[in-house]
Amino acid sequence: MAWLLLFAPLSSALLVWVALRRHPQASEAVSILASLIAFLTAIGIVLGRIEAPAPLAWIDLPGLRVEIGMTLDALARLMLLMVTGVAFLIHVYSLGYMAEDPGRARFFGELSLFLASMIGIVVSTNFVMMYVFWELVGVSSYLLIGFWFEKNPAADAARKAFLANRVGDFGFLLGILTFWSVCGTVAFDPEAARALAGNWLAPMTALLLFCGCVGKSAQIPLHVWLPDAMEGPTPVSALIHAATMVAAGVYMLCRIFFVLELSPEALLVIAWTGGITALVAALIATQQDDIKRVLAYSTMSQLGYMVLAVGCASTTAAMFHLTTHGFFKALLFLGAGSVLHALHHEQDIWRMGGVGRKMPLTFVTFGIGAAALAGIPGLAGFFSKEEILQVAAHRAPGLFWIAAFTAGLTAFYMTRITLVAFLGQPRTEVVTHAKESPFVMGLPLIVLAGLAVVAGYPFFGIMRYLGGQEAGEKSMLVPAVSLIAVILGLAAGAIHYGRAIREPMTIPLFRRKFYFDEIYDWTVLKLQEESARLLSWIDQWVIGFLLVRGGAFAVSLGGEMLRLVQAGNLREYAFVFALGAGGVLLWLFGR
Amino acid sequence: MEGILFWFLALVLLGSAVAVITNRSPVASALSLVTMILALAGLFGLLGAYFLAAIQVWVYAGAVMVLFLFIIMLLDLKAEEGMPLRALGVGAGLFLVLFLGVGIWHAIPASAWEANGLRAAVSNDAASIGHLLFGAYVLPFEAVGFLLLVAMVGVIVLSKRDV
Amino acid sequence: MGTPTLGHYLVLSGLLFTIGLAGVIVRRDLLIMYMCLEIMLNAANLSLVAFSRFSQQVRGQVLVFFVITVAAVEVAVGLALLVSLYRMKRTTKAEEITALKF
Repeated sequence: MAWLLLFAPLSSALLVWVALRRHPQASEAVSILASLIAFLTAIGIVLGRIEAPAPLAWIDLPGLRVEIGMTLDALARLMLLMVTGVAFLIHVYSLGYMAEDPGRARFFGELSLFLASMIGIVVSTNFVMMYVFWELVGVSSYLLIGFWFEKNPAADAARKAFLANRVGDFGFLLGILTFWSVCGTVAFDPEAARALAGNWLAPMTALLLFCGCVGKSAQIPLHVWLPDAMEGPTPVSALIHAATMVAAGVYMLCRIFFVLELSPEALLVIAWTGGITALVAALIATQQDDIKRVLAYSTMSQLGYMVLAVGCASTTAAMFHLTTHGFFKALLFLGAGSVLHALHHEQDIWRMGGVGRKMPLTFVTFGIGAAALAGIPGLAGFFSKEEILQVAAHRAPGLFWIAAFTAGLTAFYMTRITLVAFLGQPRTEVVTHAKESPFVMGLPLIVLAGLAVVAGYPFFGIMRYLGGQEAGEKSMLVPAVSLIAVILGLAAGAIHYGRAIREPMTIPLFRRKFYFDEIYDWTVLKLQEESARLLSWIDQWVIGFLLVRGGAFAVSLGGEMLRLVQAGNLREYAFVFALGAGGVLLWLFGR
Repeated sequence: MEGILFWFLALVLLGSAVAVITNRSPVASALSLVTMILALAGLFGLLGAYFLAAIQVWVYAGAVMVLFLFIIMLLDLKAEEGMPLRALGVGAGLFLVLFLGVGIWHAIPASAWEANGLRAAVSNDAASIGHLLFGAYVLPFEAVGFLLLVAMVGVIVLSKRDV
Repeated sequence: MGTPTLGHYLVLSGLLFTIGLAGVIVRRDLLIMYMCLEIMLNAANLSLVAFSRFSQQVRGQVLVFFVITVAAVEVAVGLALLVSLYRMKRTTKAEEITALKF
């Protein structure tokens, strides 16, 4: 039964791919049905009705046994429920959002492929299986970012995402190989990982594995692909680049925490990477005008929080935030998508204004999501962020202050986009003609808004489910500081943007995203040019001249010389032949 | 007596063999070759191989040498007389002779020099050879016969101007 | 001048063989080279007969018989080739015949 989880979306993807590419309605139905089946199966698993199946041996060699199996522990169940639930809602939402797109059959097929591979990551029992689905997720993400491949930016963004992920995945692969070579198994086996303990390879393995997360979860320095990935359709941004795939990196860290915890140094690096990413992304987010880009940077920032939590050795806090973030960030993206849908893909918040009056449902739900993200007390984001700040304060005070400051920034930029986009007067023609989105798009918004409100409360039980106990020594400093930061952020945002009709302040450093793209352009170009020149030189002179032409020359020279021997002169042949015969005689008897 | 005969025949043999390669005229070379073959036939006789000695005279001195002379006459090789020997060729030849000679010298086992090495000759050798040829070696014998036939056909084909 | 031993015959055969070989290398006329080949074959025959006597076996002589036959065949075919070569090239010099095909 549990296999349904994997095979329903997978077969849906295959079916759409093979048979239904010209039948949009049918493929929509198949895809949504598949996601519903996956969701129901996940519920069955969480309720304990469905057991994990026996693993199948995939590769069984001496020294390497790879299984296709299912891990269904609390971590996986929670993640499964979140992934399939959000995925189902987004499938439904896409029904409305993509209604007029001619390529929507392909879209739903790719969505199913993504869902299958994402579930694969969640349930995988070993590194190899995870890596396989990890790459599949990368592929479907590539396909979906480049869904509108006829637009150049979309195609470029897809390539960029793929390449950035390649870099991270290469590290991940090396990490897996290192783990395998030291521990002799690829299974998630804490017992086997003991072999790494105290070994100098332990931090290296941990950091290499972390590379995979850096790529997938868009941590600095491999984050550059995530903002560009917003070129994809908005449901994709919501599902893949906000709620699930980018969170897969964090999930992976939690899954392999038994490796990470062997090396405090690696944990420190991870925590700081997360903290810096959170801060930098939040700073960039304050100056973006594209509503989806703001949300993308905020995603990055929140992922930074989660990584920070893992780095502070609290997987429960990380998973807690991952889950609540999955809900409200999907909500925010879907809300933004609803706005874009109504405004004919106008993404600049300065060209909106007053959308709230035209689209009340969207406005309310978006507002709830924004408040949850900003960390307003009483909403999901507040609780989970609180957890992370607690562990940070406990483990690394420096990081705590960074995180608290970031929380203020989060409140600030969420206030900014909400005020600028939804309140005030319409600033462009399209807004005046905007209409509320259809019901299929509204329903997921409502459901997610509900989740964004309640998911954080103890009675909802995420923390309990994860087995995290209420930390005994909670300092009161933490909520106080974070609350002050949030209030300051809100106030600053409100004062600054309350009546603004154009950007009142410009900070080029943030607006230009800390020049990451420019730096990469420059260094990569420079490096690539120089190494290409070097390689070209090597190719031309060492390979082309010395090896190829030199080899040819040597051979032909040898041929020329041998030709003199093979002149067809009978007496020379006889001479050489007799010389050989005499030599053999002497060699045999001349001793 | 046997010793004297051996040395005499050996001298004739080597002398005529040297004459084959030193004579400028093909006809003289051919005649030296005949001398050599006859001397060898004598040595065969000395070794008790009377049947082979007879074959040697018939086949070599008779048939093969006639063939050689016939060809010499046919091609009218007088023009090739006095074809000068080159110093390089002679040097290489002498060097090889020495080289191979040393090799052969080494190849001869010491036991070959024992005086009682040569025992009495097989009597009635023609009959023994006949028995072997038509007994154990009948297949090679037939093959060689067939070879002669093939050679005959081949020679005719080669010699005809227009086939 | 005692009775010749096997060694005497073998040395004689070796000398004859080297003379034949020297002829093949020194002389430039294909016909003479053929004669030298015959000398070398005869040298081999001599050692075979000597061995046959030494080991009291007639088999060596049977082999000599075959060698003589094959030598006759070889001379016949070789000289026929020589004749047709001469017809084409008007020469029997070895160094002027260097190609496998005309």
